[in-house]
Amino acid sequence: MSGTESVVVDHATKNFTLRYHRTFKQMTVAAVRRENISDTFRAVDDVSFTIEQGESVALMGLNGSGKSTLLKLINGVMRPESGSVLTRGRIAGLIATGAGFHPQLTGRENVFLNAAVMGMSEAETRRKFDDIAEFAELGKFLDSPVGHYSSGMSARLGFSVAIHVDSDIFLADEVLAVGDKPFKEKCIERMQEIRKSGRTLIYVSHAPGTVRKMCDRVIVLEKGRVGFDGGTIAGIRYVKYEDERLDEEQIEDDEIGADI
Amino acid sequence: MTDVTQPETTVPPRPIRHVDAPLKSPAATTGLLEVFRRRYLLRLLVRREISARYQGSFLGLLWSYINPLSQFFIYYVVIGVLFGLHQDVPNFAIHMFCGIIIVHFFTETFGAGTRSIVRNKSLVVKMALPREMFPVASMLVSGYHVLPQVVIMIVVCLLLGWTPTVGGLAALLLALLIIALVGTAMALLFSAANVFFRDIGNVAAILTNFVRFGVPMIYPYTMVQEKFGEYAQFYLLNPLADAVLLFQKAFWVGTTPDPAFYEEKHIPDNLWAYSGIAVVTGVVLLVIGQLVFTRLENKIPERL
Repeated sequence: MSGTESVVVDHATKNFTLRYHRTFKQMTVAAVRRENISDTFRAVDDVSFTIEQGESVALMGLNGSGKSTLLKLINGVMRPESGSVLTRGRIAGLIATGAGFHPQLTGRENVFLNAAVMGMSEAETRRKFDDIAEFAELGKFLDSPVGHYSSGMSARLGFSVAIHVDSDIFLADEVLAVGDKPFKEKCIERMQEIRKSGRTLIYVSHAPGTVRKMCDRVIVLEKGRVGFDGGTIAGIRYVKYEDERLDEEQIEDDEIGADI
Repeated sequence: MTDVTQPETTVPPRPIRHVDAPLKSPAATTGLLEVFRRRYLLRLLVRREISARYQGSFLGLLWSYINPLSQFFIYYVVIGVLFGLHQDVPNFAIHMFCGIIIVHFFTETFGAGTRSIVRNKSLVVKMALPREMFPVASMLVSGYHVLPQVVIMIVVCLLLGWTPTVGGLAALLLALLIIALVGTAMALLFSAANVFFRDIGNVAAILTNFVRFGVPMIYPYTMVQEKFGEYAQFYLLNPLADAVLLFQKAFWVGTTPDPAFYEEKHIPDNLWAYSGIAVVTGVVLLVIGQLVFTRLENKIPERL
């Protein structure tokens, strides 16, 4: 019997190299003037936490605090420079509103490609295709190139594929930022289902309302470091989204609306 | 959506999905072997590339015939008709077409492979998949386009009284293997480098020009031998030259009036040995390509 951890992040650090000068000419000039040619930026700084199977965790923090980078480390697009990130089972989800779609391909072709990347077989994709198409509500646009889609449409399709993957860990990064209200509600419903089925859910959001409903733990990132790791209410209070107001009206307001 | 407005502050008990998989790094499985393990994804990428390469064009796939055929006619008119060179080489057109097929396969693999990662940016930055997929897919797409050219070649050769032989078939397959290995290796090396400096794409284009003249295409191998004498053996260390000679052995030799005589004259005696060296060179290049790729790979998503 294997352990019960789902995601183990152990002192993970990820740096980005910032280039000030990229062409040969600029670099020569910069070298002569003794300016910095490059600089590094630590997006994720010595982050450690463990998520157990079936936990549903919200990642919160300001823009640029390292949430998306951390999610990229978890889904394997990037690797930490030092420390380690380990996961158990199949991962599906969206990073930064929208999946990796190829703009020249049609929605249909992208569904197959995207599903294959997440580890679904051809038969599995065929079996679920109708559900995916129905959930995305694209109608006749399914056969036109994704490049022509609106941002909401491609986010819908991406979310639909990800949610239909039989994953053990589901990552959702600001998925609701571009959808319209009916779609947001549908997404929340599906994410609740994922959560109830006991799968691990990692949800990046700025909306305290959905976080409160969806998650039982909040990790707050501040400049790449873990600033808070604990219960939902305390976590939301920590990021100060609530501004001392906690009346019912406000809660309803920020349920799904303030997800940008 | 009635329950949405009810804030849930307590955690209801719910089942936990126990996954019986080991705890491992989500990004661990990369490399060329992984590419061939995920054949279904590779097939989708190849199919996609084939349809995307000529998307929006009226002639579509026909371009992959027009391009080499136009090259063929240019070289044929300039070298054969205008300069009147190589009158002593019978069926010089076939001799040249052998070179064009090989060179085209290589340059397409190399060129498209070099651009492959940058072109697939949208997938690379968001999805975890072995990134070696893209150069390998480029090679397979180029290989797919070689087939019809080989068919044209076979038809023309049959009309000229060529008969297929086992040795010829072996030479054909060996030539394609050499190009596939060397092409993939170069594509791997350059595709990763191209992410960091887009200049690499231009370097690739210049190298492509060298390739055309570094193989016995518009001149027969005998000329190299005459000019360089014993140093000609170094020329044969170029795997692409070996591949072209193998193709000529497979097709051109059989169309000449006296195959035995022309094989003796224009094809080096120890071609098989050199081809063996070429395969080894290809494998070594592939290993180097993979090592460099692995080193650069970590930085690829952030530099795109």
